[in-house]
Amino acid sequence: MSTTPFSKHNPDLFKRRKFANALGLTLSISAMVVGMAILIWILTVLFYKGFSEIDLEMFTASAPAPGSEGGGLLNAIVGSLLLVGSCTLISTPVGVLAGIYLTEYGDRSKIAAITRFVTDIMLSAPSIVIGLFVYAIFVAQIKHFSGWAGTVALSLIAVPVIVRTTENMLRLVPSTLREAAYALGTPKWKVSFNIILRAAQSGVMTGILLAIARVSGETAPLLFTALNNQFFSMNMNAPMANLPVTIFQFAMSPYENWNGLAWGGALLITMAVLTLNILARVVFREKVQG
Amino acid sequence: MNMTRSQVAKRQRFQDAIFQYSTQFFAITVLVALLGIIISLFKDAWPALHQFGFGFFTSTDWDIIGGEFGGFVPIYGTVITSFIALLIAVPLSFGIAVFLTEICPNSLRRPFGTAVELLAAVPSIIYGMFGLFFFVPPFAEYVEPALAGTLGQIPVIGILFSGAFNGIGILCASLILAMMILPFITSIMRDVFEIVPPILKESAYGIGCTTWEVICRIVLPYTSTGVIGGIMLGLGRALGETMAVTFVIGNAHKISPSLFAAGSSIASTLANEFGEAEAGAHLSSLFALGLALFIITLIILSLAKFMLIRMEKAKGVKT
Repeated sequence: MSTTPFSKHNPDLFKRRKFANALGLTLSISAMVVGMAILIWILTVLFYKGFSEIDLEMFTASAPAPGSEGGGLLNAIVGSLLLVGSCTLISTPVGVLAGIYLTEYGDRSKIAAITRFVTDIMLSAPSIVIGLFVYAIFVAQIKHFSGWAGTVALSLIAVPVIVRTTENMLRLVPSTLREAAYALGTPKWKVSFNIILRAAQSGVMTGILLAIARVSGETAPLLFTALNNQFFSMNMNAPMANLPVTIFQFAMSPYENWNGLAWGGALLITMAVLTLNILARVVFREKVQG
Repeated sequence: MNMTRSQVAKRQRFQDAIFQYSTQFFAITVLVALLGIIISLFKDAWPALHQFGFGFFTSTDWDIIGGEFGGFVPIYGTVITSFIALLIAVPLSFGIAVFLTEICPNSLRRPFGTAVELLAAVPSIIYGMFGLFFFVPPFAEYVEPALAGTLGQIPVIGILFSGAFNGIGILCASLILAMMILPFITSIMRDVFEIVPPILKESAYGIGCTTWEVICRIVLPYTSTGVIGGIMLGLGRALGETMAVTFVIGNAHKISPSLFAAGSSIASTLANEFGEAEAGAHLSSLFALGLALFIITLIILSLAKFMLIRMEKAKGVKT
C-alpha cells in the first residue's frame, strides 16, 4: 500500500539511513573533539613548559652567552616590539589608503579587481619567499642584515591583511551616509577620510590588530632579514634580536637554559598573539552591537 | 572670504585628485610587490636555472662542495607532506564545519568558532616546538610501531610504513601540517556552508531527510566549488609552511620510499641553508627553489580564489 509509512514498508532502509545519520554526526562531533584536543594540548604544553620560565629576569636581562647560566629575553622582546611597531607604522597608512581606494575610487574598475585578487594571494603567500625577496632587494644591496629589512618583510605580510579588512569594513558603511555628505558639498576626500573611515573605525582597528597578531609570530621572513642579535640593540640598521628567531635558535640549541628560555618566549608570544586576536574580535563585536 | 567660489572648487578638486592618486598609488604598490617578488627571484635564480637547465627540477643532486644542484628532493618533500596533510585535514575540517553549522547549539557556536580560529592564530614556530618536543616522542613510541604493524603488513603500500621509528620524518611533518591547515579549511567550509539558503535545507527536512542526508545531498553539492576552493587555500598554506616543518621533517636530503624517513621540503631547505650559503650556484639554486615554491603556490591560490569568487557570486544571486 502506498500510504504505508516508509519505516514499515522497508524497515531495513529506514534502519540504514538512521545508522548512516548517527554515524556521520558522531564522526563530525569526534572531529570537533580532535580539533579542540589539539588546541588544549598545545596550550597545556606551553603553560607546563613556559610558565615556570617567566620571571622578572626574563624581562630585565638579555640573552645569555652559550653555556652561561641565567639570562633573559629583554633584547629579543625589545627587538620584536621595535620591528612590529615600525611595521605597524608603515603598513597601517599604506593598507588603509589602499583599502579606501578599493571601495571609494576603484570599486568596479579593472585595477581594483586585479589588486583585490593579488592582495588575496599575498595573504597566503609563503612568508619565507617574502624573506627571500627582501633579502635580494635589501640585504644583498646594503650587504648586512638589518632591522629595517625585517620591518619591510613584515610589512609585506601585514599590508594585505589591513587592505582586505579595511575594504570589507568600509563596504559595511551605508551609502546613505556618503550621499548625505555629498549633498552638503563635501569634497570626496573629506567624505572618505572624515566620514566613511570614522564610521568604520573599529572595523579598521580590528584589521590592524589582526595584522599585528599575524606578524608578531612570523619567524620565516625574519631569518634572512633582521636575523638575530645576541646583544641588546636599538639600532634598526643592524641585525636585530627578535622573539621568534630567538625561540627558534634557542629551542634547537643543546643548552638547557636556552631551551627553557625558548619555552618562556613561546608562551609569551602565543599569549600576546591570542590576546590580540580576542581583542580584535571584542572591538569588532562592540561596533556591530553598538 | 577672499576666495571666489570657483577658487574654492578648484582647490577642492586639486585636493581630491591628490587624495585619489595617493590611494591609488598604495593600491598599486601591492601589485608591484607581487611582480617585484617574481622578477627579483627569477633574476637571482637565473644563474642556477641557466647552468642546470630544466634538469634542475628533476635532478636529486645536492652537492654543496661539488657544486651540483637539483631541486627534486625538496620539491618531492613539499608535495608529499602537503598531500598527506590534506588527506588528514580535509575530513577533519569537514566534520568540524558540519558540527559548527548543523549540530552545535546556537549558544555554543561562537565560542567553538573562536576556538578554531585561535588554532589558526597560533604562530607556526609554536607548532614546530610542540611537534618536536611533545608530539614526536609518543609518535615514535606508539603510533609508528602500530602503523608498521597494521598498514605496514599490507603488500605494496606496506613499504610506506617501514623503517626505523624515529618519530621525525615526512609523516610527522605531514601530521603537524595537517593540524596547522585544519583551522583554515574549516573556517572557509563553515562560511560557505552558511550561505546555503535555509529553504533548500528545510525542504529536504520536510520530505523526511536525515541531517546527514541534508549535509551530503543538499549542502555539499550546493557549496562544492567553495569547499574545493577552501581545500586549495589550505594546500597553498601547507606548501609554503616553513617553521613547523623545519622542526620535524628531519632535514635529510634524500628520497626514501618510507614515510617514516627524514626528508626535506623547499621551505625547510631554505630556512636551514640560506643563511650559510655561499654566493654562487648554491645561493642561486636556493633562489630557484624559492621561485618554484612561489609559482606553485601562486597557481594553487589563484585557482582557489577563482572558485571562491564563483561561490560568492552564487551568494549574490541568493540575496
